[in-house]
Amino acid sequence: MSDVGTPPRVETEAGGASSQPPAPPPAPSALSPVELGRWAWRQLTSMRTALVLLFLLALAAVPGSVIPQRNIDAAKVIDWQQAHPALTPVYDKLGLFDVYGSVWFAAVYILLMVSLVGCVVPRLRLYWRALRSRPPRVPRHLGRLPQSRRFELDEDPEAVLARATAVLRRRRYRVSRPPEDGPAVSAEKGYLREAGNLLFHTSVLVVLVGFAAGQLFGYKGGVITIVGQGFSNSLSQYDDFDPGTLFNPDDLSPVSFTVDRFHVTFLTSGPEMGQPESFDADITYRPNPGAPPHRHDLRVNHPLQVNGTSVFLIGHGYAPVVTVRDGHGRVAYRGPAVFLPQDSSFKSFGVIKAPDASPQQLGFEGLFLPTYGFTMARGPFSQFPDELDPVLSLVPYHGNLGLDDGRPQSVYSLDKAHLRTYKSSDPAELGPVKRIKLSVGQTVRLPQGDGSIRFDGVKRWVKIQVSHSPGKDIALGGVLAGILGLMLSLFVRPRRAWVRVTREDGSGRTLVELAGLDRSSGGDLAGEVDELERLVRGGSGQAGRQQTSEAPKEST
Amino acid sequence: MSPAQFAAFSDNAVMFASVVYVLAFLAHLAEWVFVRTLPLPAQATVASPALVGAGGGTRAGAVDPASPVDAGDTGDPGEGDRLEARELRVERFGRIGLSLTILGCLLHALGLVTRGLGSDPARVPWGNMYEFTLAGTFGVSLMYLVLLKRYQLRWMGVLVTGFLVVVLMVDQLLLYQDAGPLVPALHSYWLAIHVLAAVIASGAFAVGALTLVLFLVKNRAEQRGTLRPRGYLARLPEAVALERVAYRLHAFGFPIWTFAALVAGPIWAEYAWGSYWNWDPKEVWAFITWVIYAAYLHARATAGWRGKAASVIALVGFATLLFNFVGINYFFGAGSMHSYAH
Ligand code: HEM
Repeated sequence: MSDVGTPPRVETEAGGASSQPPAPPPAPSALSPVELGRWAWRQLTSMRTALVLLFLLALAAVPGSVIPQRNIDAAKVIDWQQAHPALTPVYDKLGLFDVYGSVWFAAVYILLMVSLVGCVVPRLRLYWRALRSRPPRVPRHLGRLPQSRRFELDEDPEAVLARATAVLRRRRYRVSRPPEDGPAVSAEKGYLREAGNLLFHTSVLVVLVGFAAGQLFGYKGGVITIVGQGFSNSLSQYDDFDPGTLFNPDDLSPVSFTVDRFHVTFLTSGPEMGQPESFDADITYRPNPGAPPHRHDLRVNHPLQVNGTSVFLIGHGYAPVVTVRDGHGRVAYRGPAVFLPQDSSFKSFGVIKAPDASPQQLGFEGLFLPTYGFTMARGPFSQFPDELDPVLSLVPYHGNLGLDDGRPQSVYSLDKAHLRTYKSSDPAELGPVKRIKLSVGQTVRLPQGDGSIRFDGVKRWVKIQVSHSPGKDIALGGVLAGILGLMLSLFVRPRRAWVRVTREDGSGRTLVELAGLDRSSGGDLAGEVDELERLVRGGSGQAGRQQTSEAPKEST
Repeated sequence: MSPAQFAAFSDNAVMFASVVYVLAFLAHLAEWVFVRTLPLPAQATVASPALVGAGGGTRAGAVDPASPVDAGDTGDPGEGDRLEARELRVERFGRIGLSLTILGCLLHALGLVTRGLGSDPARVPWGNMYEFTLAGTFGVSLMYLVLLKRYQLRWMGVLVTGFLVVVLMVDQLLLYQDAGPLVPALHSYWLAIHVLAAVIASGAFAVGALTLVLFLVKNRAEQRGTLRPRGYLARLPEAVALERVAYRLHAFGFPIWTFAALVAGPIWAEYAWGSYWNWDPKEVWAFITWVIYAAYLHARATAGWRGKAASVIALVGFATLLFNFVGINYFFGAGSMHSYAH
């Protein structure tokens, strides 16, 4: 492989030119529709078009990495749209918030696929024919080939030819002796290169099919489950759900589970203090309602796989448990409320709604701080993500929660249109910032005798993602086959070799002509031909090397 | 040693490695400068195989034996000896540069290993940007040294060491992070496999890109006829041979990149995020890099594209690789699920 040191050979190498499909002929001058179609097809399946389409694919993928994408982070899309009201309609029309599902992105890869099919099918046919045909005929002028040698031997021509045949066979050439070419043999090897190349391109198609299956028929849904509670796989249970285009809700696997326990540890020292060290959830699941329960330790990188559906643990947070009493002393709300973490210290934001309170509905909005801290400059914050000194810091509202007008409302926000805060001066408990501060076990009475809120304790929730991507095994198998094909295509060197022997009339010696052709782009053809010469001369071991006309070379 | 001691050791080893690379760079620079001071031999032809051979790794035996004699022909009998002495000096600096690069690479390896031992529990040393860059530059250094002999790459010394010095400097000054444990999402042996494959492929692509830069420069000089017969460029292998070395490096890197980006990455994503392909910016750019390198391989097999055009495509590919490595984290930061790699 060290042809770097001997560049003069390079110019004479036949290179990859011979392995290309023929360039498409120019468009005929007067085109009938059939001819036009044929011409267009040839254009589409040309190497050059493939090149352009590959570029287009790369380019088309860029915007999706720059502009927020709906199916990745819908909230971010909304933020972006609010920040860029002028651009939003234009971008929306261009499908820039869903690049990978857009028409133009599909156009590029569908064209590429068509081109790929148009490219692979004829080559498969050619390859099949080449496999069954004999190696090509012996060229008349072997001396004109990229590498050739001439030497004389004392043996009988037939003996030399027999040895050459054996030598070539031993080096895994396919050898034939075309009768019409006289005392000469023709040999070829490296068929696996083209096979590898075809395998690779076919695999690209297979991967696309597998990937498309996942995109069309699969789904991905997320659900927040409070520890101790359960989940059963139906659409209504999901907080967010991202189905494939052709997804059918009947395909949901009937799995159900309960989150029994959740455990998290955080680093308590060092520069990365507060970073989670590990978190895992013990769950009990049933593959279907009638099945016996099983246990699974759900961890990051350790999902549960059950009849084609995968269940992942992707996040966690806190759900403070509170009891809200109304002005009549009745319990208006009791239970955990999911608060969403805002930063790595798990300062969490959430709301509590008590629509059953009377005389007025009550609502609370604020922060949960697992380890309370306070400075005048920052206000309340969390010093550490673990639950060391949990505090609720809430702003109470009274009035109408707006739940009755039928519009869906997020459980993570209050509709404050008909809600009022309390005057800060009213009771001793409400400070100048109109906030309530609660530690576990504490109760605060609301002003005007509107009721009270008690902080009972803290539960945790886990965010679970359930997904089903049919075709992922096909895609994986395709990529692996593709890599195999790629390696054959890139590393196998297809070669041809010819040997012709002639009896010299005068001397009675045998003239041997040997020539080789490398059909790939860049291999050590000279080294191979040297070696063949040595062996045809009957040489063995390294001794014969200095007889060759070319300098010795490192082997490939 | 305790993890903290290992971590401190690692920082020192990386610093020493950088210093040694700087010295190696200076030695190769000196080699290059002295090459420029050599007088023109009377009949040196640019394409002379011996001369090209002289650009290779083992120059002592390959110094064009004709040149001192040629110089002698010009009349001054002492000239030949002097020229030989200069040739030897060039050779000496080249060897010093190479030895220092090897030493730097050893220190670099030591820095990487102790970095892994420097966190508690010990882990693979590629969990954040500082470590990715440390591992990536190590990949470049190792790739260069491993392939040096086979492809006779010593002429690349000045470029490779220069590259290492700059990137390591950036790494230590801008990207440095204290050693520490991994975030849970990275607790997977796929991290080891995925990043290792990416680093090896990037190393091959980086060395390939440097070679292609030289190819483009030399190719232009050859076509314009501005090649100085004794200059640095003349000592490089022929443009065609440079191009072929680059092709082989890319052909070596491409299947590995395919594995890293399209097999190991998705499998890991499937375990960690519950979906094997998320169109995350980092994934998108790894895919873009893959497509562009595929285009390069195609271009190289297409009549009329081989050579300059194909090389430019490969360099674009390398640019996307670098952008993905550094740029994504800065431009898209929290928008990427890979943002723990900060
Ligand atoms: C998704 C699209 C494609 C990808 C990723 C791709 C990738 C590749 C790769 C990596 C190679 C190896 C190059 C080498 O052996 O040096 C290759 C070779 C080849 N491709 Fe494609 N290709 C694609 C589409 C196509 C299409 C549409 C055609 C048909 C026009 C095509 C025709 C070829 C041919 C003829 C070769 C052999 C070149 C040679 O002998 O060196 N490819 N392709």
